[in-house]
Amino acid sequence: MAYMKRSPWIIHYDGSSCNGCDIEVLACLTPLYDIERFGIINMGNPKHADILLVTGAVNEQNRQVIRNIYDQMPEPKAVAAIGICACSGGIFRECYNVDGGIDQVIPVDVYIPGCPVRPEQIIDGVVQALGVLEEKRARMKAGSSAEAGA
Amino acid sequence: MSRRIVIPFGPQHPVLPEPIHLDLVMEDERVLEALPSIGYVHRGLEKLVEKRDYRDFVFIAERICGICSFIHGMTYCHAVEGIMDLDVPPRALYLRTVWSELSRMHSHLLWLGLMADSMGFESLFMQAWRLREHVLDDMEATTGNRVIQGSCKIGGVRQDISNQKLREIANGLDQLELDLREMVNVFINDETVKHRLSGVGTLSSKQAWDLGAAGPVLRASGIANDIRQTGYAAYDELDFKPVVETSGDCYARTVVRAKELFTSIDLIRQAADKIPDGAIDMKVTGNPKGEFFARSEQPRGEVVHYVKANGTKNLVRFRVRTPTFANIPPLLEAMKGLELADVPVVVLSIDPCIGCAER
Repeated sequence: MAYMKRSPWIIHYDGSSCNGCDIEVLACLTPLYDIERFGIINMGNPKHADILLVTGAVNEQNRQVIRNIYDQMPEPKAVAAIGICACSGGIFRECYNVDGGIDQVIPVDVYIPGCPVRPEQIIDGVVQALGVLEEKRARMKAGSSAEAGA
Repeated sequence: MSRRIVIPFGPQHPVLPEPIHLDLVMEDERVLEALPSIGYVHRGLEKLVEKRDYRDFVFIAERICGICSFIHGMTYCHAVEGIMDLDVPPRALYLRTVWSELSRMHSHLLWLGLMADSMGFESLFMQAWRLREHVLDDMEATTGNRVIQGSCKIGGVRQDISNQKLREIANGLDQLELDLREMVNVFINDETVKHRLSGVGTLSSKQAWDLGAAGPVLRASGIANDIRQTGYAAYDELDFKPVVETSGDCYARTVVRAKELFTSIDLIRQAADKIPDGAIDMKVTGNPKGEFFARSEQPRGEVVHYVKANGTKNLVRFRVRTPTFANIPPLLEAMKGLELADVPVVVLSIDPCIGCAER
């Protein structure tokens, strides 16, 4: 189980973000911040991923896409809302095609506000999401052993 | 006769940082046609002008896109200043030019990295992004933020850069230029890169012009069109030539952007030499009334901001024509006859910025 503790694989989806947060997510992976050295890899396939990073707010068009990605991820999984748009809609909150934060569609474990967020904040959020993953895993294990005992 | 099939590409795809969806009509490995559907990132921010003060709207204009954000903010300011007939202090115009060119460098480096990633050249991707951090450090040192600066405002700019700091930035670019030459050498001369990019997704200059391509896509097809030559901000006092290539394929688009990095370095150096002393902003009173088209050259091509105002603090209409939107028809043309494995490379070659295109 210890393998989960350090090297989660992440998947990134751009809701309706302006790119500011997206390029900071990518910046986390590249040489200056380089979280890949801890084995944290950005995956294209939801079934390989432990943590979903969503940037940007929810709109009608992407509601189902976000839901699909989330549903395809294996348990335990964690979701981080990157940037104020993903948290609440942010500066675009009043736009006609913005419904608000992604917590309207899927459960969010870590909120990382900022416009745009800094890579340090994203890394901190991913580390917090690791804690969430551990908790969920412990709960799953307790659940399955209780079942086996019963 | 092989069967026709439709392969969906996107919206969530490993090579795309942003969601766009293409239906690829395929026959065997060849693309016959690509049908785009967009709208995943549409926010409807143009309509927000009715709710926000025109001065505050600069912040929203900057957030049309996080990559070319400074230039969006600046173009919006140009449009409103055009209506109000403001004489922006020359120092502010020079500072805008410096930040525009820094934005262009960070955007091109970002794109060169993504392009390398799309052809599986991971180490080159990392090198491009490593060098990009140098530009972002300059951004952060002068504006306090890495990607969305918030340093432009109607009537001038919010922060000054001291002459000494400008000198430091210009000197710092000497080392960056050496590093860039080393990296660009790989993009231009490496056999692997040439093999993946040459002759792929070709657009003739007639096709590019007829389909309304903008920016590097147009210049890579041999048409020297660069809106900076119209001389907005301080460009009329600086000396530069648009970078033009003639082969019109993905390789040419890569070379144009790679060479433009050095144009930007040169422009920043010139600006640091010529920048006049004086005020960086002016007092803006009253509300705009009238309409204006402002055009500028973004990293991805020409952007047009149209602003219409009726003398109240809210604008009546704000409309943006972004370069990515202009480049989608040429992209669809360039994709015909491609092999499936080349699709990601060609899609990236127009430097798609969906955040801009859909707003």
